[in-house]
Amino acid sequence: MSVEALSRPRPAHDGTDAPLVEIVGLGRTFDLSKRWLNRVLEGSGKVTLTAVDGVDMSIRRGETYALVGESGSGKSTIAKMVVGLLPPSAGSVRIDGVDIWKELGGAEQRQIRRRIQMIFQDPFASLNPRWRVGSIIEEPIKAFDLITDKRERENRVGELLSLVGLDPRDAGKFPHEFSGGQRQRIAIARALSSSPEFIVCDEPTSALDVSVQAQVLNLLRDLQERLGLTYLFISHNLAVVRHVANRVGVLYLGRLVEEAPARTLFSDPQHPYTKMLLDSVPDIDMTGRERTPIAGEIPNPVNPPPGCHFHPRCPLRFEPCDKVRPPLKEYGQSRAACHALEEGRVSAHRD
Amino acid sequence: MTAALSVRNLRVEIPTRRGVLTAIDDLSFDIAPGEVLGVVGESGAGKSITGSAIIGLLDPPGRVAGGEILLSGERIDNLSPSAMRQIRGKRIGMIFQDPLTSLNPLYRIGDQLTETILTHEAISAKAAAEKAERLLVEVGIPAAGTRMSSYPHQFSGGMRQRVVIALALAADPELVIADEPTTALDVSVQAQIIALIKRLCKDRGTSVMLITHDMGVIAETADRVCVLYAGRLAEIGAVRDVVKRAQHPYTHGLMAAIPSLIDDPNEKLEQIPGSMPRLGAIPAGCAFNPRCTYRFGRCMRERPGIYPVGASDASCFLHDASGEAPPAAVVRNAIDAGIDVRASEGAEP
Amino acid sequence: MSELTEMVETPADVPPGLARRVIDSDLFYSFRRSPLTMVAALVTVILVLAALLAPWIAPHDPFDPAKISIMDSLYPPVWSDGGQSGFLLGTDNQGRDVFSTILYGMRISLAVGFASVVLALFIGVTLGLIAGYVGGAVDSIIMRVADVQLTFPAILTALIIDGVARGIAGPRAYEDIVFWVLVLSIGLSFWVQYARTVRGSVLVEANKEYVLAARLIGLRPATIMFRHVLPNVLGPVLVIATINLALAIITEATLSFLGVGIPPTQPSLGTLIRIGDDFLFSGEWWITIFPGATLALLALAVNLLGDWLRDALNPKLR
Repeated sequence: MSVEALSRPRPAHDGTDAPLVEIVGLGRTFDLSKRWLNRVLEGSGKVTLTAVDGVDMSIRRGETYALVGESGSGKSTIAKMVVGLLPPSAGSVRIDGVDIWKELGGAEQRQIRRRIQMIFQDPFASLNPRWRVGSIIEEPIKAFDLITDKRERENRVGELLSLVGLDPRDAGKFPHEFSGGQRQRIAIARALSSSPEFIVCDEPTSALDVSVQAQVLNLLRDLQERLGLTYLFISHNLAVVRHVANRVGVLYLGRLVEEAPARTLFSDPQHPYTKMLLDSVPDIDMTGRERTPIAGEIPNPVNPPPGCHFHPRCPLRFEPCDKVRPPLKEYGQSRAACHALEEGRVSAHRD
Repeated sequence: MTAALSVRNLRVEIPTRRGVLTAIDDLSFDIAPGEVLGVVGESGAGKSITGSAIIGLLDPPGRVAGGEILLSGERIDNLSPSAMRQIRGKRIGMIFQDPLTSLNPLYRIGDQLTETILTHEAISAKAAAEKAERLLVEVGIPAAGTRMSSYPHQFSGGMRQRVVIALALAADPELVIADEPTTALDVSVQAQIIALIKRLCKDRGTSVMLITHDMGVIAETADRVCVLYAGRLAEIGAVRDVVKRAQHPYTHGLMAAIPSLIDDPNEKLEQIPGSMPRLGAIPAGCAFNPRCTYRFGRCMRERPGIYPVGASDASCFLHDASGEAPPAAVVRNAIDAGIDVRASEGAEP
Repeated sequence: MSELTEMVETPADVPPGLARRVIDSDLFYSFRRSPLTMVAALVTVILVLAALLAPWIAPHDPFDPAKISIMDSLYPPVWSDGGQSGFLLGTDNQGRDVFSTILYGMRISLAVGFASVVLALFIGVTLGLIAGYVGGAVDSIIMRVADVQLTFPAILTALIIDGVARGIAGPRAYEDIVFWVLVLSIGLSFWVQYARTVRGSVLVEANKEYVLAARLIGLRPATIMFRHVLPNVLGPVLVIATINLALAIITEATLSFLGVGIPPTQPSLGTLIRIGDDFLFSGEWWITIFPGATLALLALAVNLLGDWLRDALNPKLR
């Protein structure tokens, strides 16, 4: 059986433009308080961290949506809630119209889980060191009872290995026998083994060397074309995002501050934070482009600045910024959350 | 002028149960006074080991097995551990990836700085404290006077790295070795730290050996670049030459593989096939030959020397005017790709 | 150093067989590099084999009253004046051959040791896995129970259980169950260490991405714990088990020496030492010295193995 045959017929564009993934008002807080007894004895109060705060976004079939942000932006927390590893404190995640965090029956739950997979950041930690590569890859196949015949399953593992550019005979080896890039290929093969439609890639190349990073990014792009996959791509590297994404969302301290088609975001960024991020990308082409020096650091997410979280670092800040959270509004093809844009203090579009 | 640091035919070996591995093989480079030399390579290329070898802190069982290391013309690779301790901190400052490894969590920032200054300079405690505060101002710590009595954990990541930079510069060293100084930091902070290191060392005329895997950081900071591959020198030259017109096929591929903000995002990234060999399995001849698009017979048999090409030096037979010539097709491909081939063209196969 | 070890490993083209993997392993390499460890392993193997094969290699059967004669009592070792050729290490006060009794006694000591370590392992690993993976209140309760357990010295726990068992079973039946009482007592006093170690490792492993990847496909927590987490936390557990084996053997000997353990009719090493203790000052030193020396040798050898295993499995010391 070929890989194509195993992956379902693609509903790539079934006429309707209903998004594959719909995220509405997604929020997550973590309780960082000490234990109850310590709180009473030390008189300290409850401490909560709002990692994700009211994020709305939707991902269309077959596209790559990239979430960009620095540490504390909540991008990995969103990834975990989207794949079903971490329950949200607020809001909902719908895959194909089904709320994955609603009480689902066992069968339905399994069906939805099979369709979502994840590729992790660290290929040295994402493969169980005591398992052979073949067992690692076939685990999802077994878990979802996709192929019951042992021989057929082995063939499928071999196909998956070839698909990601490895040798089918590699199934008998252990993860430590492979380089970082090869391990990431194994992780990708495993993610593909349940024939998912939607894959969340959490910084899939940030632990890899550049020459290998290009291999993995190209592989992900190839697989998307061949299998019609939809990606949520999480990264802090804007240059990488520019190469993979159709649309980009920029996160700052748990909130979506801007969302735009990739082309627009890089050619015409709206939010001052997005502009700052773009300016911080090292000038590898040595174009000597004009850059504004960047000020300040990300504040502690436990008590973020009031109003717009970005206001202490913002060159455009004015009176409402430290009091009112700016709403996400449309500016041309982009959506951005900024008071200065709202009041027209900066022209929304570059000429 | 004597180079601030001169590494001559450095060889670092790691004895293991499967035989002796050569982690650094015949590596030579100079850093001129006031110059920033970037040392790049992928993980396992030997860039950090080079740094450790220079400061005499190789992880055992690794050892310097050959070559010389000269600091302003004096040999330092054969010094006793105690003599080396005098040099570290005083004449060579160090900045590491994780600021927390360089700072003692139990001591106040001001005390750590003052102590370092006092160890290397014969001045009064009061003068040392004043100098410490001046340093903190210089590295951009706001309210330096009050921050002197703060502990490392009370600083943010970027501020901590600033303190480490102050610590590295405390004794006015001739050379600063910065090993991945921005890797652990957020992108928006990275740019600040790079700018700071560059400005301070320029003001003081301090030479910098900047070890990193990030070509972007090198392009922004370094004057010259030294590219390592499998413990060997692949190419060394002025940063502009290496970035814009790389002469070694590896550097060439590496530069093309880096996604940038100006290339066409719809094009696939160029990729180098395979990955760097482990130390135990370096192929015969040129270490890069299995991954190289331009390889020919000689590359599998002989190890290339270092050949001048333009203002750079590259370790590739394409630039060797003597010896077996590469086939005509290879030369044409290389020239098309922008490599200035010096070797004479061989016959058509 | 991790970068170095990473570079040192060479990938093989064909998946190697088990024997090849053992010989190539770092563990076997560090074993070959340590002569002391090899000697300890040799001594352990010899002693364990001798104990297992006691019925075949022992010249006499000391547990069969029909075959021992009080007339043979208190012979000194064969090389002393008055030694009898049939009794290599002399005889005790009931005429039992000391050499044979040591072999049989070691069987009991080792059996108690192994069984109690297995019991402690089972309790400790299970509770540790549960505490680490479930967390929250369950974790708190298990670890508080462990704290309480720790406040009781092993001997005290054993004495309490022994006392209770004696009271319930009565003196006659007690002799039949004393073996299991010992195993239970020692096993119960050793589980805490395993539980704490496993819990700590689980907390580290459970956040690794391979466990997330397993959760992602909807595997049940129990499946993830046993298939994924457990194999990755067994290293330190193995070390503790080895060192505990020596400790368990000594604890058994201590209890038997105190008279709450194995009865003199079927003596373990500890019981033998106690019997001999009565004769030490009357000059019959061999009854206590030889079992004592055997016990010391066994405990030392096993301990050395444990130490080596700890160092060999510790990546920081490698």
